[in-house]
Amino acid sequence: MTEQLIEEIETMEKKREKEKHQGEKEYPKSSVTLKIYRANRRAGESPHYDRIEVPVQRWTTVLDALLYAKAYKDQSIGIRYSCRMASCGSCGMKINGIPRLACYTKVSELQGREITVEPLSNFPHIRDLVTDFSQFFAHHHNVEPYIQNDNADMPEKSKLTEFIQTPEDVDKYLQFSYCIKCGLCYSACPTVATDTQFPGPQALSQAYRYFIDSRDTAPKERLDLVDNRHGIWRCHFAGSCSAVCPKGVDPALGIQLLRGHLLGYSKNEKKVAELKERQKKDD
Amino acid sequence: MADITTIAHDVLIIGSGLAGLRAAISAAAVDRKLTIAVISKVQVMRSHSVSAEGGTAAVLYEEEGDNQEAHIYDTIKGSDYLADQDVAELLVKSMPYEIYQLDHWGMPWSRRKDGRIAQRKFGGYSFPRATFAQDKVGFYEMQTLYDTCQKYDNIHFYNEWFCTSILHENNTFQGVTAIEMKTGNFTIFKGSAGIICAGGAGRIYSFSTYAFSSTPDGLDMAYRAGLALKDMEFVQFHPTGILPSGILITEGARGEGGYLINNKGERFMQKYAPGKLELAPRDVVSRSMIREIQEGNGFKHETDVDCLKLDLTHLRADRIKEALAGIREIGIKFSGTDIIHEPIEVRPVCHYMMGGIHTNIDGATEMAGLWAAGEAACNSTHGANRLGANSTSECIVWGKITGELAARYATRKKVDSINRKQVLEEEKRIYDGLFRGRGAVNPYEVRKQLTDMMDEKAYVFRNEQELTSALEKVRELKGAMWKHVEDKAKEYNTNFINVMETDSMLRTAEIVLVGALNRRESRGAHARTDYPYRDDANFLKHTLAYFTGNGGPKMTWYPVAFTRYAPVERKY
Repeated sequence: MTEQLIEEIETMEKKREKEKHQGEKEYPKSSVTLKIYRANRRAGESPHYDRIEVPVQRWTTVLDALLYAKAYKDQSIGIRYSCRMASCGSCGMKINGIPRLACYTKVSELQGREITVEPLSNFPHIRDLVTDFSQFFAHHHNVEPYIQNDNADMPEKSKLTEFIQTPEDVDKYLQFSYCIKCGLCYSACPTVATDTQFPGPQALSQAYRYFIDSRDTAPKERLDLVDNRHGIWRCHFAGSCSAVCPKGVDPALGIQLLRGHLLGYSKNEKKVAELKERQKKDD
Repeated sequence: MADITTIAHDVLIIGSGLAGLRAAISAAAVDRKLTIAVISKVQVMRSHSVSAEGGTAAVLYEEEGDNQEAHIYDTIKGSDYLADQDVAELLVKSMPYEIYQLDHWGMPWSRRKDGRIAQRKFGGYSFPRATFAQDKVGFYEMQTLYDTCQKYDNIHFYNEWFCTSILHENNTFQGVTAIEMKTGNFTIFKGSAGIICAGGAGRIYSFSTYAFSSTPDGLDMAYRAGLALKDMEFVQFHPTGILPSGILITEGARGEGGYLINNKGERFMQKYAPGKLELAPRDVVSRSMIREIQEGNGFKHETDVDCLKLDLTHLRADRIKEALAGIREIGIKFSGTDIIHEPIEVRPVCHYMMGGIHTNIDGATEMAGLWAAGEAACNSTHGANRLGANSTSECIVWGKITGELAARYATRKKVDSINRKQVLEEEKRIYDGLFRGRGAVNPYEVRKQLTDMMDEKAYVFRNEQELTSALEKVRELKGAMWKHVEDKAKEYNTNFINVMETDSMLRTAEIVLVGALNRRESRGAHARTDYPYRDDANFLKHTLAYFTGNGGPKMTWYPVAFTRYAPVERKY
């Protein structure tokens, strides 16, 4: 569970208390101004900001507001979106300077009546709010993010059996497999900003995800993939990746655990168990 | 024409959801020398399969009392006897292998204490056979398949390429035309075999669980190429969509023990389906909810929409955190409700199209060299109503089957030419007809009017009068007044994409409405208040719709395959 979500639960509970006592409802902002970064360099349009006012209600998300602006104010706004429920990872952008998913950010949770939306940092720009993910996807590809095991591909007529994994085995990698590849961590990472060959928090946490999966039989090779000059050691543990992750993946933890294995520590599993325990209590 | 780029691959897969990615792996494994293109309007891992929540049905534990015949029977009964029974059988028999194969590829299935794969209850089943990974099943399946695709250097992803038409000659597939969104370039894809896995059309409704991108471009492309769309009047309304967004609360929430209550606090499903209660199939539960609302037992959401409530407050908080964490997150974020503490407001919501591109049991369409799989296809596994957890199954099974068949076909047969006339006609259709159109009406307003009207007139209960007026409205909207694109840039022009989507939505909505009018009976998800009973004498058959140009669709019927069970009254 992300910090953001915990905060939201608290706000909700406070609100419920307040309503109980006073019998009143909070009145939402009725409109906000979107300050939208616009640029299409290929077509000679240089960067500037457009301000568009849109109506909002209590549940309006930044994505809703942007799509309203696109439908009724300026149809040429360049934006990437799909599921509108924080599952697909399309609508990452900087909202008031912080990398967030537009569909997962409600207007009502932002301060002020103006919202600034800009494309993610650390990605080549395409148009307006849309950036190019090719390099980001290539980094993911390069950590060989799939189970390596001689029996991974099941013969058609084989006896049908699963690899046995206890719930505890699953817990070791589960958190890291919830990465939606939205690129927010990559955008927030100060190391990526200075070294594009650095795989970045997304790819490194996926390297750990497959490394620690009991079905994988190639841990040594996995370590070699990230143990190089532009690799895992470039991370200086700023932790901004984990702070912006909308899914609570905690890539910084994954990177630290993977480093632990590179250095030959073996107590990491205990550490994960402890962290999990603590998180349960926090929930 | 000379300056149009041509990209050639052996197999072209249109769409990148579960069916598309499973097909890619299956095709790539046939022969590493074949090249497989996955062409998607989104970045490939973002297709709406990621939002499937509850489970994937399969018989895994025969030693504990499950059996394949029961899964086949449940599927056929759930379909209100409109499923092709041999197809349902193939689904059931193929599934166990797929569950274990996903496990071998890294799927984080939820586990029992003994380390084996866990399953849970789902609507319409006689045994808990929804295999799950928390409540994010589709998401994990997508990531597992996407990651497994990385093993194959003969799979080529085309992120954000919008396909516009199928190229064919002598009823044989040759390729597709597509626009690269990043550059705006119109391009020809040449391929010996094709598979359409472009998903359903649920965005023709406003209140919908679907992604904004789930528009019927793939269906419409096949329809315009002369292929039949089958059983399009059967639209599944899932009982539990939250307000106002329509985001889905998984059936797994009821599988875990949640129940529905009315404004008197009653568990009203006792009246409608005493045997199965909230775990009756989706069509049954959705109709019961609407009746309850009509009888004045509903709640009002603050947007003034009628609804009921899903109560999970009696479940243990730690069980919710473990098995329904995603749903809790969705409730808090999008509905302002923490399901641990209070019931959540829900209403039946457009969720799935039973219909799609007409295929045979192998997923082959009526065109040589072209297959269809997943929700875009209608191989008639689900008939008039799909059971929960059978759609991810369908995607995986027919992804695999069609991928393999298409790859084998492509090794034998090579396409040597492209129908140039069609390319030119398509260029004219989209650029002269839409991009440079001279409409004056806002296309987004047309889209809104269409989808709001479908919500109102082609919802859970239908009747002739409303369907007729809806059809008139669609035909009026189809006029030229909205056909234009305000954004004149080439690069990443989503305005242009949106207008092409709207164009396909209007044609698809028309087919749904005509099919619904023609089917003067109530069967599965299609309920007519003016024809409240199932009519096997006249309507135990599939609907087919063919494109005729600018007029409405040409409708015919197609027989249902019976191999096991004779139709009887469906009771739960």
